[in-house]
Amino acid sequence: MVTYIIRRLIGAVAMLIVISMVTFGIFFVVPQWAGATPEALASRYVGRAATPETVALIAERLGFNDPVVVQYGRFVKGLVAGAEYDYGAGVEQCPAPCFGYSFISGQPVWPDLVDRMPVTFSLAIGAAILWVLAGISVGVLSALRRGSFFDRLSMGTALAGVSLPIFFTGMISLVVFSYGLGWTPPGGAWTDFTVNPAQWAYNLLLPWITLAFLFAATYARLTRAGMLETMGEDYIRTARAKGLRENQVVVRHGLRAALTPLLTLFGIDFGLLIGGAVLTETTYTLPGLGQFAILAIRNQDLPQVMGVVLVAAGFVVVASLVVDLLYAVVDPRVRLS
Amino acid sequence: MNFLDVKDLKIHFPTDDGLVRSVDGLSFGLERGKTLGIVGESGSGKSVTSLGILGLHKGGRARLSGEIWLDGEELIGASSEHVRRLRGKKMAMIFQDPLSSMHPFYTVGHQIIEAYRIHNDVSKQVARKHAIDMLGRVGIPEPARRVDSYPHEFSGGMRQRAMIAMALSCDPELLIADEPTTALDVTVQAQILDLMRDLQREFNSALIIITHDLGVVAELSDDILVMYGGKCVEYGTTEDIFYRPEHPYTWGLLGSMPRLDREPTERLLPIKGSPPSLINVPPGCAFHPRCPYAERTKGKADTEVPALAETEGGHLVRCHLDRAERQSLWENEIKPVLETQ
Repeated sequence: MVTYIIRRLIGAVAMLIVISMVTFGIFFVVPQWAGATPEALASRYVGRAATPETVALIAERLGFNDPVVVQYGRFVKGLVAGAEYDYGAGVEQCPAPCFGYSFISGQPVWPDLVDRMPVTFSLAIGAAILWVLAGISVGVLSALRRGSFFDRLSMGTALAGVSLPIFFTGMISLVVFSYGLGWTPPGGAWTDFTVNPAQWAYNLLLPWITLAFLFAATYARLTRAGMLETMGEDYIRTARAKGLRENQVVVRHGLRAALTPLLTLFGIDFGLLIGGAVLTETTYTLPGLGQFAILAIRNQDLPQVMGVVLVAAGFVVVASLVVDLLYAVVDPRVRLS
Repeated sequence: MNFLDVKDLKIHFPTDDGLVRSVDGLSFGLERGKTLGIVGESGSGKSVTSLGILGLHKGGRARLSGEIWLDGEELIGASSEHVRRLRGKKMAMIFQDPLSSMHPFYTVGHQIIEAYRIHNDVSKQVARKHAIDMLGRVGIPEPARRVDSYPHEFSGGMRQRAMIAMALSCDPELLIADEPTTALDVTVQAQILDLMRDLQREFNSALIIITHDLGVVAELSDDILVMYGGKCVEYGTTEDIFYRPEHPYTWGLLGSMPRLDREPTERLLPIKGSPPSLINVPPGCAFHPRCPYAERTKGKADTEVPALAETEGGHLVRCHLDRAERQSLWENEIKPVLETQ
């Protein structure tokens, strides 16, 4: 068990290192392969009116003339220990984790990311609770009443849920519930949980439901398939032969086994989502990481893009690490290998 | 009235291809402390019968008719909830493959404790002590430690012992063992059979052993019921079946049994053909397409279903051949071949 945990931890750290290399490579190495000179890289950091001499100076100061390995080392050091930038007019301290400064606002990237995390987290956690509850209960009922009207209706709805993109269901929901019926606030409303929990939930209700609908559809279909499989297992027959009540057979013996494979999927889905629910945040104009990423890309704000990519990838790695560890708790057979 | 009485039990499954007559008019009785062996090929309806007695077909697609009397109570007409309360307590079952029959995510102890607490209103600590006690009684070493092991941490024989401990945890009066040794190594098979015999004596329960292997029931059973195509074709004491068998199918089963005292170079006497489809059961005697003596009945075998008739002393045979002919075939043709082999 201990070796299993250690192996997974080492794997997660290795994955983070690889991700940092790839991100660094995409933004600093690939352009050079494509023929970009250090001056061309540096020109992204200076104003349009800068003279060639200024650009060359900045390229030297930012270290674009150094070997790639040295540049990567400096990049990682910035993430771990912070960095100092010498622009000539005094040294600028960038505390760890340093993703650099925004081209547009000139502000450090990390505090901006931190500001937006609560929005994305709130969105992801609320939606996750909804889709897990709805998806699993619909899936179980469908499996138990296979071929019934309920089964057909819910699986038909689930097929629609999987197929309809967020920007469609989101728009429709806004038109109907916000602008039509006026039940929910229009897009863009955000209140921090610590300020007013009720308002927080009220503002997020529509995004939660829309996002959960998409995922619940997948989870319902997978739960149904898993339940159909496990309810045919020999140990279900044993549980019945013991005299267990049918609902206990379903929940304790059937569902327990059927849900284990869903754990992996949930880890990946949730990890991706907390790195930015791009479509949902854009549709409902929520100031989260996804919207941040879209704005950064549109502005070609390189440090911001790198920051959000690294953070999002980090979340996925952490989420799958947590899932791996939970797996060992849920399935005792994993602990052996 | 016997402790267990099954009367004209029919278990049919409607499918898209037609009605599957898995069990078609089966009757037998069993006393406490006695053992009945039900023998037949795969698909002869043995397991469906046992699941039917336990009421595990209730609520499914199966159509049941007939009567099952357990200790004076009729079970087919009883409510599902009533039968559920009897299940595990009054009647319990041991399954063929102990690895797939135990839940992989729960410890062996947890599964025994669960079985015990369904029918006994006791605390977890008391149930745990009982589980450890049961594991000890079925011969698992260090039961206090092994109670927290998972099924995959046990060997095949240990798992079957644990399965038996689980089935016996509530002192069932009727125990059904469905191929209890088929998934086990030969060396372990004998141990498990010994264990079941000892435990049956100790608990004085009625035991049904379902198997395709006559060797398994030879030592354990008082009576043997031979099933073919969902029907009983021969029923008698173990001596009747082994020393005075009268049905050609039983002869075939005896001839298919590998024995150590035979010359290894000799061939077994296999039954030709394969078991009948339970949707299109052959007309007349279900065994006639495979029976080497079918033409001796002058066409009766493929038109008329033979009745299950008593020969003497409770020995029942379902065959068109007359008794003298069967006895002479056994004495002159079958027995010498089985013995010289």
